[in-house]
Amino acid sequence: MSFLPFAIAAWLFLIGLYGIVSSRNLIRAILSLTVVQSATYVVLLGVGYVHGGRAPIFADIPAGTPAVDPVVQVLVLTDIVIGATVTAMLLALAVQAHKRFGSLDPQDLRALRD
Amino acid sequence: MTRRTRLVMFGIAAAGLGVVLIYGLAGLPAFGDYHGVYGHVIDRIGVTERHATDLVTALNFDFRAFDTLGEEFILFGSVLGVVLILREVRDDHERPRQQEAEEHSFAGASAALRAMALGLIPTLIALGVYIVVHGQITPGGGFQGGLILAAGPLAVFLAGRYVRMKRVAPHAMGEIGDAAGAMGYALVGLGGLVFAGVFFKNFLPLGIPGHLLSAGQIDVASVAVGLEVSGAFLVAWSEFLDQAILVRRNGAR
Repeated sequence: MSFLPFAIAAWLFLIGLYGIVSSRNLIRAILSLTVVQSATYVVLLGVGYVHGGRAPIFADIPAGTPAVDPVVQVLVLTDIVIGATVTAMLLALAVQAHKRFGSLDPQDLRALRD
Repeated sequence: MTRRTRLVMFGIAAAGLGVVLIYGLAGLPAFGDYHGVYGHVIDRIGVTERHATDLVTALNFDFRAFDTLGEEFILFGSVLGVVLILREVRDDHERPRQQEAEEHSFAGASAALRAMALGLIPTLIALGVYIVVHGQITPGGGFQGGLILAAGPLAVFLAGRYVRMKRVAPHAMGEIGDAAGAMGYALVGLGGLVFAGVFFKNFLPLGIPGHLLSAGQIDVASVAVGLEVSGAFLVAWSEFLDQAILVRRNGAR
């Protein structure tokens, strides 16, 4: 089952996209976007995994112990921070959209339609 | 476009995307069969080179410190964005009587919840500081610890006392923490430029691995980032809470 983690990532990506497309509420669409982003975490961590590897923290394991790739873990940390900032901005926009249109349904955002 | 057509179009596109996605991911090395080089190199030299036992933090604040500078300013910029988007617009008004907000309480903010929140505040702040300053030894660091630190004042809000939360952690405090942290991190990099000749090159004593004061610039950078993250999230959260509690659209509710 060595492909399972990547299959989960593909599933998260697609189900998140479905959430965005099918949402009738902007908040739900934004949360769906975070599901899409979490697919990238799974891919990155999956790429860096080493069979039998320990966490790359050598506080209580001797130097030289096989450990997983810390580089991708840092990338995931960056990814999470960027995800949080994007979510914050989008939620702020949703608050203003609700003030302007009195609704959170994307169909009701008249300014975005022709 | 109706909802139905949109979903049908999405179904067709997603099927295509799914096939390409699976095809692409199948081309990666099998799970656990790691082919990278950097990971192994860092795992081998990280502790001896930087005297940090948590290599993730060592990468974040030393090997990739320059990237983290960019990441940090993205956070800074996005909080500015949130403040700008949520600024007072003309038809908004703050409720004149703060008393009303003071009375705000969650439905059922019981005495037990208040007591819990009271106990949570010092616990969260102590845990946050611990996570920030031990970043180079054990899992954690500025980003994780900063978020826990910012959650401390939020517990006051949980207890149904929003105005008191503003008194415990005024807006200006978050803003100052955000700015000072961002500047502090940039200064660590400039220190490297001045004292070691290269931006973000370590210029502080490395110490003994596993000790609190070790790993040179990593610990200092972690504290700066912790300050920035906690400030940034405090500002963003109180902006959102202001919207929910103090600001009401004219005529609405």
